[in-house]
Amino acid sequence: MASSPPVMSAAMRRSGLQLFLASEFIHNYRRNLSAVLGSLIVFLFLAMVTAGPFIVSQNPYDVAQLDLMAAFKPPVWLEGGSSEFWLGTDGQGRDVLASIVYGSRISLVIGLVAMAGACLLGTTLGLIAGFYGGRLDAFIMRIADIQLSFPSVLTALFLMSAFGTGLDKVLIALISVGWVVYARTVRGSTLRETQKEYVQAARVSGLPNRKIILRHVLPNVLTPLIVVATIQVGTFVLIEASLSFLGVGVPVTQPSLGLLIKNGFDVLFSGLWWVSIFPGLFIMLLVFGINLLGDFLRDELNPRLK
Amino acid sequence: MPRPDIATTPLLSVKGLRTWFHTFGGIVKAVDGVSFDVAPGEIMGLVGESGGGKSMIGFSIMGLIDPPGRIEAGSIEFEGRDLATLGEDEMRSIRGKEIAMIFQDPMTALNPLYTIGNQIEETLALHTMLSARERRMKAIEMLHKVGIPQPEQRLHHYPHQFSGGMRQRVVIAIAMIAQPRLLIADEPTTALDVTIQAQLLRLMRQQVVESGTSLVLITHDLAAVSQMADTIVVLYCGRIVERGPAEEIIARPRHPYTRGLIDSIPHESDVDGAKRRLSQIPGNVPDIRRLPPGCAFAPRCPRASELCRTQDPVLSERECVGDGSGPPRLHAIACHHPLTVSP
Amino acid sequence: MFGYMIKRLIQMVVVLWAVSVLVFVMMSFTGDPTFMMVPLDATDEQIAQARRILGLDESHLVQYWRFLSNMVQGDFGRSFVFRQPALTLILERLPATLEIVFLAMALALLVAIPLGVYAGANPGKPTSRAVMAGSLVGISLPGFWLGMVLIFVVAVKLQWLPSSGRGPTTEWFGLRVSFTSWEGFRHLILPAITLSIGTLAILMRIIRAEMVEVMKQDYIKFARAKGATAKGILFKHGLKNALIPLVTVFGLMLGDLIAFATLTETIFAWPGIGKLLVDSIYRGDRPVIVVYLMFVALMFVVVNFIVDVAYALIDPRIKIK
Repeated sequence: MASSPPVMSAAMRRSGLQLFLASEFIHNYRRNLSAVLGSLIVFLFLAMVTAGPFIVSQNPYDVAQLDLMAAFKPPVWLEGGSSEFWLGTDGQGRDVLASIVYGSRISLVIGLVAMAGACLLGTTLGLIAGFYGGRLDAFIMRIADIQLSFPSVLTALFLMSAFGTGLDKVLIALISVGWVVYARTVRGSTLRETQKEYVQAARVSGLPNRKIILRHVLPNVLTPLIVVATIQVGTFVLIEASLSFLGVGVPVTQPSLGLLIKNGFDVLFSGLWWVSIFPGLFIMLLVFGINLLGDFLRDELNPRLK
Repeated sequence: MPRPDIATTPLLSVKGLRTWFHTFGGIVKAVDGVSFDVAPGEIMGLVGESGGGKSMIGFSIMGLIDPPGRIEAGSIEFEGRDLATLGEDEMRSIRGKEIAMIFQDPMTALNPLYTIGNQIEETLALHTMLSARERRMKAIEMLHKVGIPQPEQRLHHYPHQFSGGMRQRVVIAIAMIAQPRLLIADEPTTALDVTIQAQLLRLMRQQVVESGTSLVLITHDLAAVSQMADTIVVLYCGRIVERGPAEEIIARPRHPYTRGLIDSIPHESDVDGAKRRLSQIPGNVPDIRRLPPGCAFAPRCPRASELCRTQDPVLSERECVGDGSGPPRLHAIACHHPLTVSP
Repeated sequence: MFGYMIKRLIQMVVVLWAVSVLVFVMMSFTGDPTFMMVPLDATDEQIAQARRILGLDESHLVQYWRFLSNMVQGDFGRSFVFRQPALTLILERLPATLEIVFLAMALALLVAIPLGVYAGANPGKPTSRAVMAGSLVGISLPGFWLGMVLIFVVAVKLQWLPSSGRGPTTEWFGLRVSFTSWEGFRHLILPAITLSIGTLAILMRIIRAEMVEVMKQDYIKFARAKGATAKGILFKHGLKNALIPLVTVFGLMLGDLIAFATLTETIFAWPGIGKLLVDSIYRGDRPVIVVYLMFVALMFVVVNFIVDVAYALIDPRIKIK
């Protein structure tokens, strides 16, 4: 097109960052309340779990800092509440807010690490299945199919019942249920990608398979994974909470938000609601933020929906 | 082929219609100041390249423009009423009954979950007081008319059991069954096999002529239009560039764009040796959001001058070089440097 | 049709077999049930005898073969804790679980379909956005936590509904059910609401997405061009097309409900198979865990088969080959 308007050349002179900031993605991000809200929530949680332990008044797992006299204090706005413990205390005089800060850290770390593990495992298996095809592909995908016909929570619960409790075991269980979705997505895009001419050309030119996969296929199949990975962190936080609530998740010494709910459940019937309700509220908030972000990313990164 | 049966008071009169889409990338002026009349019984061809906003004229008449689109200005007078100002309820009673529409792709226009009998009878159920039995009878009769064999049985079949051509016949049956005054056909044959296209166009022409229905045939295929239309309107980037009686436009196009379209139609004479080169209009339809100033066709026009690049040409009418019989027929063009008429 | 059935049956058997292998492998590589059987001060000899009785002294292959052949004959072993056939335990508690699962599913469908259709047909409306935000909250909250909130508010504070247990049951076609009496039904309400919330939220999102997609189709525009009413377009042309894909997620929905019933039943002390599973996991009651898994696997496989057939029957475009 010889007669492209002068606006274009001006745009081309702008720097990459400026171009990104002026892009439709950023424009939509700014206009999208849920995207802003979602990232704000996630950011606040990240800030809380990194800086929180230095800010809250006590380390809830240092027995020396606990005061049994301060047990079961209600939140600050209720009668009998103390400004020292905003969200009240549990049966050992632990600050509920401090427990939540420490618990969020465990929940979020589990979610993130398990997501990374599942992504790595699933992507690798998906690339192998899609690139090499054949029996290996059939085998991997059959396993994926069978696993998908079982709800993740049930599979994870079953694995935990076999492994026993522990942070590492929770991670293994989550990775075992989480890899499938990556494997399927990556396999699909790999199949499409390997049909393309540049990959065929690379193959013909004798580039080793490993290099073709890493250099040509992998970068092109990653985009859809961003959405899957984002949402999966939320899913993992919820599954972990369920496992810990059932007593087969993290050990008592490293209580996640789910375990805090379990601990508070026992005293719920005596009307001491804050011990269990607040941790749940924080789980909801965290997962809600993650899902908002995931929703926005899905709408933006999936051109089919536009 | 002037037809004497065409009356002079128009059935549909579109004046200064502007239908714009407010998108992120800017305003898309899909229809930008379009005016034309359709007389009762007239067949009008609305011609232009893909992406030229032709379909949006049809949807504007039907009142089926969805956000971010909007009719910004202009009037659509139909039997004395301005459709652009009517409410949804009034429009609904007109759609399907007074004005019917045929869609481009018969594979997607029919609901896959209902039998075609059900879908034909739906139109009657919506607009007539006929009983279920009478609706069934009329549906069978209509299917028969559009050339579907064994209509009694076919009535109970689902759309996926029909071929593309057959489905478009069903679509025509649905559109024509309530005897509308105006039929809008939006690229009705584009999605079909070339061999079936001519058949269906003949069928449509026969249907509208028999019932005295007017037809607005929206297409990019000037060749198809030239064989059946009374009037041709040529659109480029949402505007009319040329408008006039079909035989006049085909024989003596005055706008370089129309000329280009005609030259890209293969002629029968090409086959037997005549060495005419099949030409092609250079370049592409520009991005309608960033139209160049002046005439939108200027960047592709061999005759473009500085004037064309700065100033919009105005659509102006003049009388056709007629044979003297009948009322004067008008030929309108929007061009600074029209082609000269070679008598 | 017949060939298809045979093919699907073979597929089902293969899946079940694969599950049995996985279950067996997991079970034999983790923990030793011998110590469940013998007293704490057991001698080496007693332990060895117990191992012989359990068949643990033989090779894994022989053990698996025995495991499989017993299972095919309907013998899943006896519960270590209850000293009863494990299958009997499961079957006894199944009606209680099915009761809340079906009620939860009915609730989810009843609420999700109208809201999903509304939000899908009117995208961009503030009310639609509110519905969608609500569904996002629904998929973000831990269901068991919601159950606890309900217990605290409705049962402990307001004392409207009971917080735990199943209430009176009556015999109904040979099954013990509680929805037949008012008191029994009162016990059902909170668990069913708790269980339904996640499924409800997901369903709503699926229906909305389907509806949005369907409303963009040409046949919707064509129906409008025919002059169809807004209601006709929504319900006759839109809804049916949007609901068909829903049939395919029915199996997944049921699976999720049964999985989350473990948590709901634990909170509400509901005597179903979910609570039995959780209790058995605590107690290391392996036979019960195995039966639960095999039973649930069988259920999913059968449901998915039914779903596939139903899908083919509903959608005229699909022909089973």
